[in-house]
Amino acid sequence: MDINLTLIGQTIAMIVFVWFCMKFIWPPILGALEERQAQIEEGLAAADKGKESLHRASAEADEIVAEARKQATGILDQAHARANEIVAEGKSDGVKERERQLAAAKAEIEQEANRAREELRGQVSAIAIASAEKILKREIDGKAHDDILGKLAREL
Amino acid sequence: MAAEGGHGARTSSEYISHHLQNLQVCRTESGEWVWNQCAGNPMAINVDSMFWSLLLGLIFVILFHGAARKISVARPSKFQAFVEIIVEFVDSSVKDTFHGTSRLIAPLALTIFVWVFLMNFMDLVPVDWIPLAAEQAGIPYMKVVPTTDVNITFGMSIAVFVLIIFYTIMNKGVMGFIGELTLHPIAPPTRGLGLLAAPFVIAFNFILESVALLAKPVSLSLRLFGNLFAGELIFILIALLGIYQLPLHFGWAVFHLLIVTLQAFIFMMLTIVYLSLASETH
Repeated sequence: MDINLTLIGQTIAMIVFVWFCMKFIWPPILGALEERQAQIEEGLAAADKGKESLHRASAEADEIVAEARKQATGILDQAHARANEIVAEGKSDGVKERERQLAAAKAEIEQEANRAREELRGQVSAIAIASAEKILKREIDGKAHDDILGKLAREL
Repeated sequence: MAAEGGHGARTSSEYISHHLQNLQVCRTESGEWVWNQCAGNPMAINVDSMFWSLLLGLIFVILFHGAARKISVARPSKFQAFVEIIVEFVDSSVKDTFHGTSRLIAPLALTIFVWVFLMNFMDLVPVDWIPLAAEQAGIPYMKVVPTTDVNITFGMSIAVFVLIIFYTIMNKGVMGFIGELTLHPIAPPTRGLGLLAAPFVIAFNFILESVALLAKPVSLSLRLFGNLFAGELIFILIALLGIYQLPLHFGWAVFHLLIVTLQAFIFMMLTIVYLSLASETH
């Protein structure tokens, strides 16, 4: 229990151990601890950022889908309208075509009738002239009465 | 144990004093080296205390340096995690108390904590194991708990004491250090007739503050020494009981486990507190 040289020996040993600890033990361990702290902080910040950007992206995606749906509805509506239009156009074209053909047929019929009437008129006048010739052959020169007969034929 | 142990007729008091005897070496006046005849010789060395202290210090240094060398930020090994827990505990203790910047104090606190803990922990090795083995090997005395040697605790507290003075002078200057010793707790009068009383006031302050300053290393070392010495003594006394020692030994060991850790922590914490007081500017 006396104080002796051991005291000095212990003091020297302590100085050496503390120096060694200060030089080679404490800095790397604490450095690693602080680095890990920084990494964890960074990781959490990155996770937050990621969450936020995911949030933004999903909102954007929702927006795009809604927009696309709206466009699709518009296109569908347009297509319906166009189809209706085409059907209506076709209908009106058909009606017009029918009327046109009807008119053409009517005109042809009338023309035909006119021609037939003309022909008939010519034939009638020819028959009248022939019969008149036959009647008058004996009495009058045909030529002298031609103009009268022509007039008559025109009037018929 | 010795009461029924294999070393013949050794009385209880012989057994106890044998256990409390350091293995010493010193040089006599005639110039030759002798073992264990050094009572009162200030040049003696307690070889067992020194050996165990250095061995445990080396264990601390090697283990922690091994962890520090292989340290990995991303994939800490289990041992690294254990070391990190201790380092972080010491670091937070230092940061809570010491508000300056010092590269020395945290490693100092770590070294003190782990080293003192390991030295105290030797107290939990059954008291006869190592001394008996040493005796078989021809070593007559072997005291395995370095912190039950007052030289060891004083050696550490003196290093702390030197650091206290160094930090005081570094942070407050030589005049600040002298002022701290002489101008507190009673401020000496500076005017009128009171000036006559000033030297007495200063002398009074100086005595008071010197005692306070010197009490720091003394109390630091004696606290650790007293606790561990008493614990060791009780282990020795329990060991004298023969077979009945087992439950008692276990109970005391469990209780002592607390003391071992607590005393290491107190030594570390008081070192930090003293150094932070020394570097605090008022």
